[in-house]
Amino acid sequence: MSKKSYTVIAGTGIHARPATLLVQTASQFSSDINLEYNGKTVNLKSIMGVMSLGIGKGAEIVISANGSDETAAFESIETLLKSEGLAN
Amino acid sequence: MASILKGIAASDGIAFAKAYRLLEPDLTVEKRTESDTEAEVIRFHAALKKSETELEVIKEKARRDLGDDKAAIFEAHLLVLNDPELTGPIEEKIKSDYVNAEYALEETSNMFIGMFEAMENEYMRERAADIKDVTKRILAALLGVELPAPALIAEEVVVVAEDLTPSMTAQLNREFVKGFTTDIGGRTSHSAIMARSLEIPAVVGTKNATTDIQNGDEIIIDGLQGEVHINPTEEILAEYKKRSEAYQHQRAEWAKLVNEQTVTADGHHVELAANIGTPEDLKGVKANGAEGIGLYRTEFLYMGRDTLPTEEEQFTAYKAVLEGMKGKPVVVRTLDIGGDKELPYLNLPHEMNPFLGFRAIRLCLEEQDIFRTQLRALLRASVYGNLKIMFPMIATVNEFREAKAVLLEEHAKLESEGTALSENIELGIMVEIPSTAVIADLFAKEVDFFSIGTNDLIQYTMAADRMNERVSYLYQPYNPSILRLVKMVIEAAHKEGKWTGMCGEMAGDELAIPLLLGLGLDEFSMSATSILKARAQLKHLSKSDMEALAAEAITLSTAAEVVERVQASTQKNNTK
Repeated sequence: MSKKSYTVIAGTGIHARPATLLVQTASQFSSDINLEYNGKTVNLKSIMGVMSLGIGKGAEIVISANGSDETAAFESIETLLKSEGLAN
Repeated sequence: MASILKGIAASDGIAFAKAYRLLEPDLTVEKRTESDTEAEVIRFHAALKKSETELEVIKEKARRDLGDDKAAIFEAHLLVLNDPELTGPIEEKIKSDYVNAEYALEETSNMFIGMFEAMENEYMRERAADIKDVTKRILAALLGVELPAPALIAEEVVVVAEDLTPSMTAQLNREFVKGFTTDIGGRTSHSAIMARSLEIPAVVGTKNATTDIQNGDEIIIDGLQGEVHINPTEEILAEYKKRSEAYQHQRAEWAKLVNEQTVTADGHHVELAANIGTPEDLKGVKANGAEGIGLYRTEFLYMGRDTLPTEEEQFTAYKAVLEGMKGKPVVVRTLDIGGDKELPYLNLPHEMNPFLGFRAIRLCLEEQDIFRTQLRALLRASVYGNLKIMFPMIATVNEFREAKAVLLEEHAKLESEGTALSENIELGIMVEIPSTAVIADLFAKEVDFFSIGTNDLIQYTMAADRMNERVSYLYQPYNPSILRLVKMVIEAAHKEGKWTGMCGEMAGDELAIPLLLGLGLDEFSMSATSILKARAQLKHLSKSDMEALAAEAITLSTAAEVVERVQASTQKNNTK
């Protein structure tokens, strides 16, 4: 299992479009991918789960992936977080 | 084959376009026990697949025709549709409870909708609407029915519907909707009022529009005569092209009056104002030369959304209207919700008689948070123009006093916060309940003005639901009972040096105008599109002659006699 933490830097947090992109990216992989914030863990392939966390700017989030393609999944997600200026 | 439907002419003009049927299918769900749960899960997956294909098509079409912005909503829908947190529990429910897919879907979605609606964050609450929309789509697929997609209309159409609700009209792409026709409704139903504010021709109450008209049929909407032609012959089409031109010509003639004052033949000035629903309507108000806004229906700020509008949103809208009118009077009616105008997100209990129930000022005095937010937004906007505020559905003097006290409290609060406020905001009431008309003399001592809302005043006086077609014959604006009530109100106001306006449909009615002028009405507020026609008519009427006509009219026994008398008088006038 791989696990890594990030700090959200996007002004509007992870809402609407960023959440959409994250979920779309995560859904391309077969690994179980989770998002943890503020003591709650949700499935990163679930738009309702991700949005229900209400992640704002400055939030510390942890992403974990577990499965055969977890390395590739992590790469894609991290590329997205950086290229969209969402988190570092 | 060519055919004709007759209905009620609800909005002037003639439109030519293809039919677009806007029908809400029946999505009622029944609970069934299913022993073969595997088969139900397969059925559910097939419905998901079908919905996904539909949404992909809609998304692409939206992207192509309307841009990425409009397509984003369907992208969000696709994610919800494929959300394992939604589809997983539905499958589990089918398997563990042995229920049909429709039932499992509805139960599970409702749980999520409830959860999102209860969230603090406004953005999250709005997501509940996405889940609702997606649920509808999957349900339709499971039940084997089609869903309309009005947001995607991208060619000129005439909308054909059973009725047009406010939420449906909010989804319509105004650019492409050239006219509409409905099965039910009358001149005062929401659909008709909306058509006039959009300035598109409409025929309502045709009874059979949705059964007789198919998608793609060529349609002529004759909003002048109240006729709908389906697949007209070449002759009829040519005839209507001619009529449409004549109507355009007539409008061009009226347009010359756009910057003129409204003065009668004997030099008496009355004010012609417009009824509006949103700041966007100002364009029509200016184009039609209104001397003010006689009724700003603030309900539309609250409709077609999932949460209450904030003070800031309201302030922006009110400011836009006040500034846009450049010092001309703007009468804003505080929230008039209830009756046929519902706000789903308020979760108000269903009532047996909504028109006689918890609505308008009754609701505002009970739910004061809503009321106070609106009043604060209005007061803050007051410095940008000539604001007048009126309360709807006032039945007793106490209701007015209570509402006024709330307003004064908010006024004092804002003042102490150092907010700039206008010094002279007139405060009036809608007169639409007979009890108020009967003691108008007592009200006149306390209010600054009256505005008679005839649509409701008539239905309450006649005890006839205006949504019920079987009693629509009782909608009688010319009945002497109504005329006498109007007279009482106007006289009571004048005795105290106050003014009376009218903002119901009657104020723009060709037959009523002579009588209202004669009864002494000061302000006539109507759909913007009726103003120039009314101004042209009033120019040729003499107030003193109309006073005699009105005095005689109120002594007649029936509405029919009144109509006959008015027609005889105007014909005499025309031949003079």
